[in-house]
Amino acid sequence: MTELTSLTIAEAREKLKAKDITAVELTQAYVDAIQAANEALNAYIAVTPEKALEMAKASDERIGGGKAGALEGIPLGIKDLFGTRDVHTQACSHILDGFQPKYESTVTQNLWDDGAVMLGKLNMDEFAMGSSNETSYYGPVINPWRAEGSNQQLVPGGSSGGSAAAVAAHLCAGATATDTGGSIRQPAAFTGTVGIKPTYGRCSRWGVVAFASSLDQAGPIARDVRDAAILLKSMASVDAKDTTSVDLPVPDYEVSLGQSVKGMKIGIPKEYRVEGMPEEIEKLWSQGVAWLKDAGAEIVDITLPHTKYALPAYYIVAPAEASSNLARYDGVRYGLRVDGKDIVDMYEKTRAAGFGDEVKRRIMIGTYVLSAGYYDAYYLQAQKVRTLIKRDFETVFDAGVDAILTPATPSSAFGVADEDLAADPVKMYLNDIFTVTVNMAGLPGIAVPAGLDHKGLPLGLQLIGKPFEEETLFKTAHIIEQAAGRFTPKKWW
Amino acid sequence: MSVDLATVKRVARLARIAVSEDEAERMVGELNGILGFVEQLGEVDVTGVEPMTSVTPMVMRKRTDEVTDGSKADDIVANAPATDRNFFLVPKVVE
Repeated sequence: MTELTSLTIAEAREKLKAKDITAVELTQAYVDAIQAANEALNAYIAVTPEKALEMAKASDERIGGGKAGALEGIPLGIKDLFGTRDVHTQACSHILDGFQPKYESTVTQNLWDDGAVMLGKLNMDEFAMGSSNETSYYGPVINPWRAEGSNQQLVPGGSSGGSAAAVAAHLCAGATATDTGGSIRQPAAFTGTVGIKPTYGRCSRWGVVAFASSLDQAGPIARDVRDAAILLKSMASVDAKDTTSVDLPVPDYEVSLGQSVKGMKIGIPKEYRVEGMPEEIEKLWSQGVAWLKDAGAEIVDITLPHTKYALPAYYIVAPAEASSNLARYDGVRYGLRVDGKDIVDMYEKTRAAGFGDEVKRRIMIGTYVLSAGYYDAYYLQAQKVRTLIKRDFETVFDAGVDAILTPATPSSAFGVADEDLAADPVKMYLNDIFTVTVNMAGLPGIAVPAGLDHKGLPLGLQLIGKPFEEETLFKTAHIIEQAAGRFTPKKWW
Repeated sequence: MSVDLATVKRVARLARIAVSEDEAERMVGELNGILGFVEQLGEVDVTGVEPMTSVTPMVMRKRTDEVTDGSKADDIVANAPATDRNFFLVPKVVE
């Protein structure tokens, strides 16, 4: 018999329905796998086995009673950014020490309503600020992938590094994640998993710890395109509690898998051919073009002239919104408090002790660009550039392009504690160069594994779609997946 | 534009983050690195361009002005570091 943890969500769903396996057996298999692996990978920062088995038992009862939901008995990992009632929710920050909300985020509630089982909370960069999962208060996550013949520890990407590593190492059937500048797609690419950031407004932000409210969007990380489609259908909803939640019905994304891409127009933006990009990435991209062409899609060269300004504009808009969102952590209502001689001293000491270096940097940048005299030069200028970035995409879509194909990241996974990256924050930021434009324009984007580099590490391609056309992305990503195959790390942990 | 030590200290004060002399000095370099990177935005011609306020063109949903939730004082203070009878406790603010 195959190992239970190697089943995809679609496969487990069939076996549960046929009563070949029980939800309790499946959940126990994951609990055991986490226990055996977590010391080496550090993907989970809180495991909730009792809750998981209790939920699984209830799932088995519902399956027995013919009342199974769409995700009945499927064990999932939840990024620590999602509020989960009476369970560790700290955005992997010291400043939220001991915080266990009395509410449940809409996205996770949707999953539980469909019968999913919670295994625990997943590691991430502190407040989702990072591209390597190294800014977590709970230490870095280790990528289950290693270069061939090497023992060097690699990062899983970030900020949803725990989600990506847990999915790749089969420590959950699928995971929730969030993406503000690439935090779903970059770790998915680094771990050979599939990650989709849906259109802004598709998943409710209610109950998710806020980083940059105009950019944050939740989405799944999964083992394959089908599982990602299944998860997104459950996560997405129209929510009165989030005023930016869009009032559009959630389609059955799984239906689009297997549909033809014949006659579809795929745009190839010349601006994504950046200087210093490894030849392998270039080759992977051409390979993706060839696969889609073979499947009957029409390939067109396009231009998105403001691409190079997306990352600098992001590093004004995101920190500005973060500095405002993170003002709530003051040692009064929740989390850490460090006493001081008066209230301001208490605030300053609490925030100095509670926030890590990267979070402090971003709050400082955000505070500076919003401060009197600098607002127009920085923030207003960045928001105008953002309009131009969005206009670039609109022009291309108006000309008949259905989706855009790009590389997902400028490299494969890099080493933990890389000295070059540690010395220069901007260098780390460049990881999101291909993903950040999508957040700035509020569009959907999917990262799908497309091959391995010369070191045997996974590389991904990204597809960008029109607003609320996630179905097009699933359909097209499925073509790439079928041509490229699936990638699983060799177990060393 | 770039920041000096005094500006970093002023911004840290605005952000309510205590910084030591060493930290402030380190931050001068880091923040100037980031500000140097974003400087290139200045070269974009934005004449007549509206700043973005929302990525999706939408009218904010409104609802009737009525109480839909509440009476959860215990829940609200449950995670606070210091409370007394459903009040948050803070160091003395007014003499």
